[in-house]
Amino acid sequence: MALTAEEVRHIATLARVAVSPEEVERLRVQLSGILDQFQMLNDIDTSDVPPTAQSLNLHSVQRHDEVQASLPRSEALKNAPRTEDGYIRVRAVLD
Amino acid sequence: MPPIDLDVTAHEHARRLRAGEYTARALAEATLARVRAQEPSLNAYITVTDALALAQAEAADTRLKAGDAGPLVGIPVGVKDLLSTKGVQTTAASHILEGFVPVLDCTVVERLNAAGAVTIGKTNLDEFAMGSSTEHSYFGPTKNPWDLSRVPGGSSGGSAATVASRGVPISIGTDTGGSIRQPAALCGILGLKTTYGRVSRFGIVAFASSLDQAGPFGRDALDVANLLGAIAGHDAHDSTTVPVPVPDYTERFARGFDGLRVGVPDSLMEQGVDPGVREAVEQAIATFAANGAQVKRGIELPAARAALPVYYIIAPSEASANLARYDGVKYGFSYPDGKNAEEAMAESRGRGFGAEVKRRIMLGTYALSAGYYDAYYLKAQKVRTLIQREYAAAFADVDLILTPTSPGVAFRIGEKVDDPVAMYLNDLYTIPVNIAGIPGISIPCGFSEGLPVGLQLVGRPFEESTLLQAAHAYGSVTDWHQRRPPALPEA
Repeated sequence: MALTAEEVRHIATLARVAVSPEEVERLRVQLSGILDQFQMLNDIDTSDVPPTAQSLNLHSVQRHDEVQASLPRSEALKNAPRTEDGYIRVRAVLD
Repeated sequence: MPPIDLDVTAHEHARRLRAGEYTARALAEATLARVRAQEPSLNAYITVTDALALAQAEAADTRLKAGDAGPLVGIPVGVKDLLSTKGVQTTAASHILEGFVPVLDCTVVERLNAAGAVTIGKTNLDEFAMGSSTEHSYFGPTKNPWDLSRVPGGSSGGSAATVASRGVPISIGTDTGGSIRQPAALCGILGLKTTYGRVSRFGIVAFASSLDQAGPFGRDALDVANLLGAIAGHDAHDSTTVPVPVPDYTERFARGFDGLRVGVPDSLMEQGVDPGVREAVEQAIATFAANGAQVKRGIELPAARAALPVYYIIAPSEASANLARYDGVKYGFSYPDGKNAEEAMAESRGRGFGAEVKRRIMLGTYALSAGYYDAYYLKAQKVRTLIQREYAAAFADVDLILTPTSPGVAFRIGEKVDDPVAMYLNDLYTIPVNIAGIPGISIPCGFSEGLPVGLQLVGRPFEESTLLQAAHAYGSVTDWHQRRPPALPEA
């Protein structure tokens, strides 16, 4: 299955990953090659088969809702690139 | 005092520490010196943690003096740089996490610390554990100690290489599609991937959450068993860990090969296996049979072939969601310019992630996108059910399934790095095991072209003890696990 350059750019936009024109072309070829490998799944009959999300079949694991010590704000902000007044500083999302 | 022999196993160090032959502090100093001397050749570590190691070693000496019997007290260990370590940079081998210093230890590291282990450093890996060669590291590739022009396998290549080169006796890796077993095979050591849910994922940088498991590397079955015993078990911080009691993983060692029923899926091995790998594996099968194991040839696992495409849909899909957190806002690399928030985020990610990580994020984003979800992701989840059922049926007649770990030996650096489809075929035998959520071990079983060959044994859920029984029995009648690579220059 061959992807177009436009499809690759669309996926990059969805994934919020900036890609150069050279990367678009390389990814187009490589992703198309990988997608070709997926075709063999079409030959497998799964009409009566339920999907499995993980192997343990665990359901609704719950715990008591108890107050526990949490990370101090100073620790939580330690790795943030930009902070101000105890908050993470972000860029304006509205112009 | 004579120099400390760093070529011995962890359990032998433990004996010598208790016999007073040397202290944990002296062992840590000698280990750090050797690791430092090997680094220019191997590049197995992203960070060597001298100060932490010496502090932990001194605490271990206090415990040893008090008569602590724990098998890991004072034992040097390498930890994959995917595991969060409080106060120690944790990078996942990515530019986007360079300089990130966790405020918490992950549960596995917390348990290693409680067991008295001495952390020597954070080992190199493929970026975000995505790869089979450790070439996809922002910090440069790790080399295979058997041949420095070749890869050590991956993604836990640093953890495998440093154990093979006798830098540390044991280490921790993670395995999402073979990332412990394949480097163990390519470096000539043992590596075990546990049943999904056996080891806590809390605080480990997430790649594919339904597949990821941390596990041990070592140079014999006893060291692997002891290290697994220290890290396994339920964790309130990870709801996918299971409250199944953790056994003594040496509990079946005394049985030898007795009672082991081993199945061989011959049809899975018809194509693509190097002749030298096939020969070594055939010899291993003969060794199992000659020593009393019941070998059943020709068991069928027809859906296992589909595991590769299933994996390359499920793992990138989960990765694309997990890696959405790297936005240049909360932590990690942040692109300072960009005309708005969206561009700053896309540039942070575009510049922060390497080529393989971008490839997988893109693949996963595509597989989950509108119009393709049913054809790719849902289909893969259904085939996953078939693969699990197939293994469950096979384990009605046999206790273990035996294959090569990898179809070939260590390849040359650069040989497959730009050919993702060829690279992904390295994991043909390891990937179905993650898809089924069952445990697997790689053990050294010979050489081909002068490079190590690994044998993979796969078992029922939570039957790691049976894998270790077989590994111990095989290691007691063969000496492949004792072969060591040529000595590296020690400046």
